[in-house]
Amino acid sequence: MSALYLEAKGYIMARNDLQGSLDLLVLKTLAQRGKLHGYGIVQHIQTASDELLQVEEGSIYPALHRMEQSGWIGSEWALTETNRKARYYRLTNAGRRQLKEAEESFELLVKGVRAMLRYA
Amino acid sequence: MGLVRRISNLFRRSQIDREISAELEAHIALRTEENIASGMTPEAARRDARVRFGNQASARERTVAVDAALKLYGIVSDIRYACRQLRRNPGFAITAIVVLALGMAASISIFAFVDAALIQPLPYRNPSRLMAIFESMSLGPQFHISYLDYLDWKRLNKAFASLDVYTDARLGLSTPSGTESSDCGVVSAGFFHTLGVKPLLGRAFVAGEDLPGAPRSAILSYETWQKRYGSRKDVLGSTVTLNNIAYTIVGVLPSKFHFVPLEPVDFWLPLLPDDDCAKERSCHNYAGIARLKDGITEHAAEADLSAIANQLARQYPDADANRGATVLPLSELILGNMRPILSVLLCGVMLLMLIACVNVASLLLVRSEARKREIAVRGALGASSTRLLQQLTTEGLALAVCSAVLALAAARLAMTLLLKLVPESMTPAMPYLLHLRLNLHVLAFACTLAAISALLFCIVPAIRLARIVRGAEMRDALATGGRGFVGSLWRRFGSHLVAIEIATATVLLVGAGLLSKSFYRLLHTDIGLHPEHVAALDVAISSGRYPKNTDAITLRRNILEQVANLPGMQSVGSSGELPVGTGEDSVLFRVMGRPYHGEHVEVLDRDVDPGYFPTIGARLLRGRYFTKDDGPNKPPILIINEALVRKYFPGEDPIGKKISTDEGSSYMQVVGIVDDIKEGPLDTPTRPALYVPIDQDGDGGRAFFIVARTRIPEQEMLPLLASTIKKIDPGLVLSQPTSMPARIHDSPAAYLHRASAWLVGCFAAIALLLGAVGLYGVIAYSVSQRTREIGVRIALGAQRGSVYRMILREAGWLAATGISLGLVGSLFASALMRKLLYGTQAWDIATLMTVTGVMAVATLLASLIPARRAASVNPIEALRAE
Repeated sequence: MSALYLEAKGYIMARNDLQGSLDLLVLKTLAQRGKLHGYGIVQHIQTASDELLQVEEGSIYPALHRMEQSGWIGSEWALTETNRKARYYRLTNAGRRQLKEAEESFELLVKGVRAMLRYA
Repeated sequence: MGLVRRISNLFRRSQIDREISAELEAHIALRTEENIASGMTPEAARRDARVRFGNQASARERTVAVDAALKLYGIVSDIRYACRQLRRNPGFAITAIVVLALGMAASISIFAFVDAALIQPLPYRNPSRLMAIFESMSLGPQFHISYLDYLDWKRLNKAFASLDVYTDARLGLSTPSGTESSDCGVVSAGFFHTLGVKPLLGRAFVAGEDLPGAPRSAILSYETWQKRYGSRKDVLGSTVTLNNIAYTIVGVLPSKFHFVPLEPVDFWLPLLPDDDCAKERSCHNYAGIARLKDGITEHAAEADLSAIANQLARQYPDADANRGATVLPLSELILGNMRPILSVLLCGVMLLMLIACVNVASLLLVRSEARKREIAVRGALGASSTRLLQQLTTEGLALAVCSAVLALAAARLAMTLLLKLVPESMTPAMPYLLHLRLNLHVLAFACTLAAISALLFCIVPAIRLARIVRGAEMRDALATGGRGFVGSLWRRFGSHLVAIEIATATVLLVGAGLLSKSFYRLLHTDIGLHPEHVAALDVAISSGRYPKNTDAITLRRNILEQVANLPGMQSVGSSGELPVGTGEDSVLFRVMGRPYHGEHVEVLDRDVDPGYFPTIGARLLRGRYFTKDDGPNKPPILIINEALVRKYFPGEDPIGKKISTDEGSSYMQVVGIVDDIKEGPLDTPTRPALYVPIDQDGDGGRAFFIVARTRIPEQEMLPLLASTIKKIDPGLVLSQPTSMPARIHDSPAAYLHRASAWLVGCFAAIALLLGAVGLYGVIAYSVSQRTREIGVRIALGAQRGSVYRMILREAGWLAATGISLGLVGSLFASALMRKLLYGTQAWDIATLMTVTGVMAVATLLASLIPARRAASVNPIEALRAE
């Protein structure tokens, strides 16, 4: 899959597509749920995907911090319902734009792969 | 914004670390809470949380890496880690850095010399097309050209775009405070054009300026312009008076310009062919330079000039018989004598650098063995192999960089010290050394050295560690703390390295030994005189002030008399040339009563006064010295040296024989034979020479040297000598008085031999030290790795003496291999430097034996310490340590 190159609006989706999809999942989670901490994001991905998608939980943090560096998400420290300090992430405007782009290119990817698989 | 924040994050590292740790901890805590809520025991809940989370350390490091400047942070932390590693083991770090810095500093400083002398282009346009030209004779290839020959060569040659000649002159410069001696370069008009040099101010000489009757013009050297004219721009057009003739200054040369064959030069003057010498084809007084036409090779040019020379020899057999032409690159003339020395030096430092690198690489290898366990543990804990290699690479790099910085500082110092090895009288001959500094070339060289050594330091342990990380030895390493594999690999590899080191040190020591011996021989050559307590200075009586020869003779006698009357003076003499000089100035000679068939026999010709031989302490073999009575109107006589007797009067008694030096028009009678005096450089054989009374010389001996033997140390007399002579006539042109031993000591040949012996000696000393350290390292390492084995041996009843012998045998075998290899290598090396040796064979047995002895003692000392340690191993401790 990572060897696929899909062209859409001049945007080339390639490189590490697994990372790309993790970004997409995180951004989508924050879009659906608003403010959330890392643990909440992992849980949401698992429940929303009917436990189909399992994320190695530790690996979400480098991704979160990278996305924050890119300005797609913002963060702040806050208390959880159980009165524990946790870092909460939220989507920025740039993140919303990125999510739209990522969704589109993922759709293209899925369409392309599906077409490829159905080709007789 | 990202990058700036990441970089600034680097400085807030601990805070970021804390925040990330807290964030990850919170995650695990949340999961644990929920697990407990869903009914798990607290322990199982925490365990499940950690398993789901994955490698916490790795996640944290990767997250930190994102926040810090991605890779940059990793590199910074690697450097931090590397420095910590080096600090934790200061013995290793200091040894490695000092050893490497020594090698690098030596290489860098010698390279700076090589760069200044050989790599920086000569300050001329397209210098590779410039040739030096000479007339060749049976005596040698580089003899002067006569003016008329020059005109014919210039007119007839087809190989050169231009051809010019030069000579030097010492003229009296009129200054408000009296006459001063100044060195002048006298050149044909096209000289600067041929070199392709544009003056800094004004113009070069133009065509026609070297013809009789042309207005007299002069060009200033940059130093003269600075010192004498205070760098004034309006100097052009003013006049300078040299030997009572006014010259108009038309130009100033750039600061970088130098012309070694004439340096030092204060004033450049056009050659005016108005003296007798210019009308005489047999008066050879010039050397030439020429620029090759495009497409003409040096050989073609030489063939062209030789054909012309042959034609001239047929046309003018009296003056030009047997004279050919020599063409060689100008750079060869200027740098030819530097090239062999510098290449030997460069080879020397490269060998040294090799030893240093080998030592440090071997130390690193030893350390990588010692750290095998640590590395294996880090690998087991999840450090990727690239990450580990990156860390090791950083360590190697840190070593190389530290050493390079240290080496650059040391090289600066070494360069200053090396420049001090060059006597002041030699600096004009090597003006390019004035531009010696740490320039871009040298820095680039230093960087290359650092890069190569860093690469070596990375590759060697990396290969070793890659095996560990790949798991091949992981279990082994974890189990035993790293010992098993060592024996075979390191002992084999390390001992090869040490054998090479010892061989290298041997080669250098032999080189140093041969050079020192040759220098000793040189200084103790019999030069036929006793230079101690002799002072010398040179005086010129201008023909403008004293036109009559008799006046000149009277003046000279007056000067000598006044000098002789100075307190503390033992005797005084004068001569046209000093011993241990260039060894030039020769005449054609023939013997009365022998058939003469136009043979071209040249011998050295020296004008001396009666006091000369006794003053310098020459040895009279037969006959008599000159006396005061041998004046201009007395029968002409001469004294000849032993070499002349050997060559031209074998088995004959030359006393009373008559010799002519003017093609038979007048004859002089031999009255004495003097033992050979070294007239030329110390390292050349003494040539046949004849000495005539200075008063009987054609021009009354106007340019002469005074030699004075003093009762007190001659240095104290030098200022008094000059002032006494100045008092007689302030218009006399004097040189700086020098002492004769200093003159011999600083003569180019002595300098050359002394400097090379010193330098190679220094290298050899360092190499010996490094080789000993290397051997010590290998043997000590081997002993430390074999502690258990030795413990078992001793426990089983081995005598301590036999353990001693076992270790010494191991070291001795290595040393013997290294030394024999080195001896073979040194035979090749000394064959290469045969040119530098004087009175010493390349395979000098005494030197080889001494070096072998020194190496044997040094290697024995180096292996004695670890052998002692081995013999004193306590078997109980050695075995319990397992």
